[in-house]
Amino acid sequence: MARPKIARKSTSIDMTAMCDVAFLLLSFFILTTKFKPSEAVPINTPNSVASKIAPEKDVIMLSLNKDGKVFLSTGDGAADKANKKEIISTINSSNNLGLTDADIAALVKAPFIGVALAQLSQQAKIPIERMTGDALPGIPCKDTANNELIVWMRAVATVYAGQKPNLLLKGDNIAKYPSFKNILTAYRKNGFFKFQMVTNPESVPQGSDLWKKGTAAAK
Amino acid sequence: MAEMDTSGGGGHKKGPGVKKGKKMSTRVDLTPMVDLGFLLITFFIFTTTMSQPTAMKLALPDDTAKPEEQNKAKASGALTILLGKDNHVFYYEGILQADASGTNFKSSNFKDIRDVIIHKKKTTDTADMVVVIKPNEESTYKNVIDILDEMSINVIGRYALVDITPDEDQLIKITEQSSGQ
Repeated sequence: MARPKIARKSTSIDMTAMCDVAFLLLSFFILTTKFKPSEAVPINTPNSVASKIAPEKDVIMLSLNKDGKVFLSTGDGAADKANKKEIISTINSSNNLGLTDADIAALVKAPFIGVALAQLSQQAKIPIERMTGDALPGIPCKDTANNELIVWMRAVATVYAGQKPNLLLKGDNIAKYPSFKNILTAYRKNGFFKFQMVTNPESVPQGSDLWKKGTAAAK
Repeated sequence: MAEMDTSGGGGHKKGPGVKKGKKMSTRVDLTPMVDLGFLLITFFIFTTTMSQPTAMKLALPDDTAKPEEQNKAKASGALTILLGKDNHVFYYEGILQADASGTNFKSSNFKDIRDVIIHKKKTTDTADMVVVIKPNEESTYKNVIDILDEMSINVIGRYALVDITPDEDQLIKITEQSSGQ
């Protein structure tokens, strides 16, 4: 009986293909990672033990910077941009601002709204690179008599009628409480009683009641 | 047949004693490179998902509710926390007494307030327990978040963010001044 000849094969595999795949994935991840999106309004958010990740759809975000200036922005999705356009158009017609279609388009493209209603047409003409938290005055909400956030939130409520927008509030550590209170007033006056505050995650202190609850649930 | 001499002008042929350069293999071992590649991939995968900001939920009380529909808090179960400037925290239990006979207005800080809350939670009935948070004009957003966070850390079901009264604000200012701040 003839024994079939088994050819001795080398055990080393050609790694080139694997290497290609690895580096392809690597370059994909490097390119898609946003290290820290360059923010026009720099904000240091406080830490909290909240573990729910901030939503990204149907977002209406108010940013409160360290000087107490308030800026309004929406999510980046196409639906959110469409809603932003609706909101601005609603305000335009309800407050007779006389914004042109080009102005509205420019404001929709802008990363945030940060001026009084009367100056909206001026903000529309500022190039996007120059729209920063320092350059713009913020939406006036310092005193209760002239709280324009109420107007904005009313428009949000009109546009999102029937559905719930995700109201986010992103505040800076050293922003003072009165500006926070004015934002709360604006929410409350328009029937928004639930909102979320953007924070950085923090671990739950050991031994606290929440910690006990978490460990009990894990068992 | 005519032969072409291709070996250069001088006819300098290598003799039998001259060693030929050994032909090295051009294949490189790519295993370490693959290792490095995957290491970096794992690094990027982890860093992308880890820095997601979280969101903290807060429900506001309805202003328009009629007084009779509002929840009444029992004085015995109430703990009022006041926030002042420079991360100062003050608290009192029940109703504020600030006369000559003595006061229940106490000073604290963000480290010790947790013990106060835990103590209060242990000594009162859960149904009566309510924490009232009153930040004054000079407290910061971080202070408010920290104290709300403290509520979720200690699993306090009922708490409210309330405007400060002028009396309490005055008391905070006096205490801050007397402590030399």
